[in-house]
Amino acid sequence: MKTLTGAQMMCEALIAEGVDVMFGYPGGAIMPFYHALPEYPQLRHILVRHEQAAGHAAEGYARTSGKVGVCVATSGPGATNLVTAIADAMMDSIPIVAITGQVVTSLIGKDGFQETDVTGITQPITKHNYLVTDVRDLPRVFKEAFHIARTGRPGPVLIDVAKDTQNARGVFEYPESVDLPGYKPNYDGNRRQIKEAANLLNQAKKPLIMAGHGILLGHASVELREFAEKTGIPVITTLLGISCIPEDHPLSLGMPGMHGWVHVNRAIQECDVLFTIGARFDDRVTGKLDTFARNAKIIHVDIDPAEVGKNVITAVPIVGDAKRVLENLTEIVNANEHSEWLNHIRDIQATRSKRQRDPESGMFTPHHVYAEFTRIMQGEFRVCTDVGQHQMWAAQLIEYMKPHTHITSGGLGTMGFALPAAMGVQVACPNEEVWAIAGDGGFQMNLQELATVVQESLPLKICIINNGYLGMVRQWQELFHERRYSATPMWSPDFIKLADAYGIPGVRVERAEDVAEAIQQARSTNGPFLIEFVVEREVNVYPMVAPGASISDMFEDPNEVEIEDVVAVK
Amino acid sequence: MKHTLVALLRDQPGVLNRSVSLFRRRGFNIESLTVGHTETPGISRMTLVVDGDTTSVEQVIKQLYKLIDVLKVSDVSQDPNVTRDLLLVKVYAPPAKRSELMQLADIFGAKIVDVVPDAMMIELSGSPEQLDRFVDLIRPFGIRELVRTGCVAMTRGASTVSGPYQNQEFRAA
Repeated sequence: MKTLTGAQMMCEALIAEGVDVMFGYPGGAIMPFYHALPEYPQLRHILVRHEQAAGHAAEGYARTSGKVGVCVATSGPGATNLVTAIADAMMDSIPIVAITGQVVTSLIGKDGFQETDVTGITQPITKHNYLVTDVRDLPRVFKEAFHIARTGRPGPVLIDVAKDTQNARGVFEYPESVDLPGYKPNYDGNRRQIKEAANLLNQAKKPLIMAGHGILLGHASVELREFAEKTGIPVITTLLGISCIPEDHPLSLGMPGMHGWVHVNRAIQECDVLFTIGARFDDRVTGKLDTFARNAKIIHVDIDPAEVGKNVITAVPIVGDAKRVLENLTEIVNANEHSEWLNHIRDIQATRSKRQRDPESGMFTPHHVYAEFTRIMQGEFRVCTDVGQHQMWAAQLIEYMKPHTHITSGGLGTMGFALPAAMGVQVACPNEEVWAIAGDGGFQMNLQELATVVQESLPLKICIINNGYLGMVRQWQELFHERRYSATPMWSPDFIKLADAYGIPGVRVERAEDVAEAIQQARSTNGPFLIEFVVEREVNVYPMVAPGASISDMFEDPNEVEIEDVVAVK
Repeated sequence: MKHTLVALLRDQPGVLNRSVSLFRRRGFNIESLTVGHTETPGISRMTLVVDGDTTSVEQVIKQLYKLIDVLKVSDVSQDPNVTRDLLLVKVYAPPAKRSELMQLADIFGAKIVDVVPDAMMIELSGSPEQLDRFVDLIRPFGIRELVRTGCVAMTRGASTVSGPYQNQEFRAA
């Protein structure tokens, strides 16, 4: 009988799972795998410049393609460099499989060179993980890993393979199914509960839908829209839910939470039924919990039973897949309209403006950049953001029209995410326009990936919103720490020269009137392009709820123009 | 309120570690934890006593369920059940005190498992409350060493916690 090495089995397993690309970095303990890789030309390997970037790129790939992203690293430092990305994937429920090499079996536990207990380290930040020391286990482990990563509430799975196991030979028979008696995700919501939810929604006078990442992960955008349109219920979208409904849809209201819109947070506080689907009531959404949605009965749909009832008291819990539950619910719920309620929220919205007064310094605000993005792109692009002020503005100010066009690090809030994640997005969507938007701080956390962008000919458009500060921390220092700008002013290199060193063309924009032209120039450039927007240094993200405060207590931008006085939110 | 949870685990590497670190990470307080074999090869049974309100115990159960190798978790506190703890205690016992100690042991149905000139080892199994009472009584004699296993529990009646998993084949680790 024909035998394969463990390394060959790993490649065969990847192919069997439909993998065509992976992001990785070789090293001692994973060398047998890399030795086998050239025998499988259908497996594209993208060499990153740091393992963290491999993880984020796999995430970016998974976040757009809906397939499982794969990243590869060696033992020890290679594996520990993956940790941030794995934690990121865990928090945002992203299906990735991380493959790491491990020292030879005889050295495990002996502090061998580049040995790290990576299954131990990643235990709380993976959905599941494996250490494989017997080549006969490899096919089963790969089958299970991909199954676990992509089903139920998706998440990262790590497979640590000892070097001698990669070299050992065995018969390769890839299992057709998994045998996991302790893992049976529930997809169909309980019929009775769905009926109860429908009753509650039928009676509601001021209902509200809060749609989260689960809509995108469950590919339920169409179903969400049909449900909202039949019931006439307005939709708010959490940070990770953004793009699950076209933002110009008459029922789409925008983002709630710490930097959500006033009218959205007000809608939460006034609604009588809050139908939440695929969202987990993060503290950045709820603010002070006991003041959140006080007037509402909450219906919570989630595929993860542990999320239901974790943070808020739920009137109707439904454990199931977003798509199936919405289909069932739309079938039985009454057609309705809530124009009075919707108009009321729109009235609140109309009193607020997204326009900014131009600063006296003569510099321009980041708002110009985002306004131009929306105007020029018409929704025909995918945006990866980093973490901080620019991320909140990108969530607030850019209009997203199609699912999976807004990709960001939500739960973990990982600076340095945008560039490597955008690489993964570009690989998943080679013919689409992909933008990485980062601040000057976050960009410098993973800028080494410019080399990967060039080596792989990824036509990424990179946008740096440079305010010379770690802007969000500076904003908190301004508002809550007596303006003590401790360790937030930040010097940066000449980003255009830096890009040039990598062979990437770029332009620095210092005047508002040049913003549109720069964006157009980036779009018309065949290949990667970098724009540095040098913006007004001390602009804050508004509206804002102070950490730990109620979402009823928002403070608004003193620099906004055309604000009419409205009654303070109760 | 104290809750007794029974969990069935697949014998896979790391499953105990996963369960225990989950409690640490989520800030759940464990009073006692025991693990042992069951009637089905490949399945271990963990008995946990946790102190907490119903909501947080429900979270413990849900989080435990999320672990891939956890097959089943039941809160048996409200069901009629038999809960047993095992105690080994070494007591200061000079010849003059021996008979008094033996009488006490006899009342509780405890066994004397070792005797040396000035000490005695006593074994007792029973409900945790029974063990508490016994320990209180012998404390004045001078306890030199004491160990308890923590509780195991089984519901009364013919039905079983392990029901659906009883006759399945389970891959051992």
